[in-house]
Amino acid sequence: MKLELAGVTHSHGELQTLASIDLEAAQDSVLGLVGPSGCGKSTLLELICGLAEPSAGTIAVGGASTAEERLARCAFMPQRDLLLPWYSAIDNAALALRNQGMRRAEARAAAGALFERFGLAGFERARADELSGGMRQRVAFLRTLVAGKPVLALDEPFAALDAITRAEMQEWLAAALRSDPRTVVLVTHDVEEALYLSDRVAILSARPARVVAELSPPAPRAADRDAAVTDPEFVVAREEAMRALREGSR
Amino acid sequence: MRRRLLPLGLIALLLGLWQVATSTGAVVDAFDLEPFLVPSTAEVASALWENRGLLADNAWVTLREILLGLGLALAVGVGFAVLMHRWRVLRDAAYPLIVASQTIPIVVISPILLVWFGYGMTPKVVVIALICFFPIAVNALDGLRSVDPQAVKMMRSLDASRWQRFRRVEAPAALPSLFTGIKIAVVVAPIGAVFAEWVGSSSGLGHLIQSDTANYQVARQFATVVVLSALALALIGLVALAERRVVRWR
Repeated sequence: MKLELAGVTHSHGELQTLASIDLEAAQDSVLGLVGPSGCGKSTLLELICGLAEPSAGTIAVGGASTAEERLARCAFMPQRDLLLPWYSAIDNAALALRNQGMRRAEARAAAGALFERFGLAGFERARADELSGGMRQRVAFLRTLVAGKPVLALDEPFAALDAITRAEMQEWLAAALRSDPRTVVLVTHDVEEALYLSDRVAILSARPARVVAELSPPAPRAADRDAAVTDPEFVVAREEAMRALREGSR
Repeated sequence: MRRRLLPLGLIALLLGLWQVATSTGAVVDAFDLEPFLVPSTAEVASALWENRGLLADNAWVTLREILLGLGLALAVGVGFAVLMHRWRVLRDAAYPLIVASQTIPIVVISPILLVWFGYGMTPKVVVIALICFFPIAVNALDGLRSVDPQAVKMMRSLDASRWQRFRRVEAPAALPSLFTGIKIAVVVAPIGAVFAEWVGSSSGLGHLIQSDTANYQVARQFATVVVLSALALALIGLVALAERRVVRWR
């Protein structure tokens, strides 16, 4: 599903957080949003998901631009995994299905079918605190995916993980999106992560955020991550992104 | 084990010291009292045994008052907390009033309740409910408000209705805090019961203590206090047990 942002401006009271943002994401492509901390990336993501309306400008998800319509088409994955501690892993994963009115047994079966593929087999009944950081993140992603929405909005999905787990999870997400393509908006402050996972990367400035550069990474979601991120073309793109980020932070 | 044995040891030590201090006449001499006013540990124990029927009957009366009062406070307190959480205008209007109501001493209200409701069980139940309402309502509301706003956004994005958000996120998140409120309420409920019985009653542990004061039945008075404490401890134990069964994720 296509995503179009035109002149999106937003303020919290007196404080302007977004300044006229124009962006596009083609169907089943990944749009990476990178910017300095506190620049308004997360706010932009919430606006896209229909959790709030922008002060000005339009956001269209598959041509629909009311908050209610966007909410119905986007699934939001918050910064921390936010697995509900009173539910098992499978009930967390099946949350959207339960909300959509599916019976518990059916919802569990539907979510459970994906556990194997997500490397979570055997952990269906585990509680959140019994899972590793990477597993929790995978359950949270599964929860977002299972909602069955055409657009996934991921807010720094791997920010809380250590470097090795993080690289593994990026590779894992790349594989998940190769086999089940969706339109994804990925907010991150990790330039390399954005360049590896995205088809387009928008570099945002410090608050109020505006787009300072847009890049097209050389090999989005390549099967061999290590090879991809050390490729000379990737390194050049990373330097370019870093330069834009530095300029935008000033 | 150590955590259980230590307080029991301390209780045994204090009882032993009291036995020695009273049987040697040390307390009587020190404060220049009549010996029958200072019963020894053994005398209190025998009063406890000899009056077991009377104490049990009166304990049942007080326990019923406490349970009904607590139940009423729980229903009204939680109900009110939910309404205040749902409608902010109600919270803003009622919260200061609820806090202010706590500054009115129950000593002042009890005689009025007695005039309104007579000598039966009703004024006792109302007094207990009044003092238990505050800790339950305030803690339940705090619990409901403690929910991570990101979790609410996540649930909205996963198609949760207002009711589903309440049932699957807010209500479970509020449970630990609600149990804290119940534990405080259980501690103050017997105090409320005794006080309400003092103001006017024909049975109950508070009534027994009062009539024994008039008749200088000091050993039985002590025995009644022991029963009252045991009752309160048993209630706290039951609440703690219920908490462990319900709030399993902690």
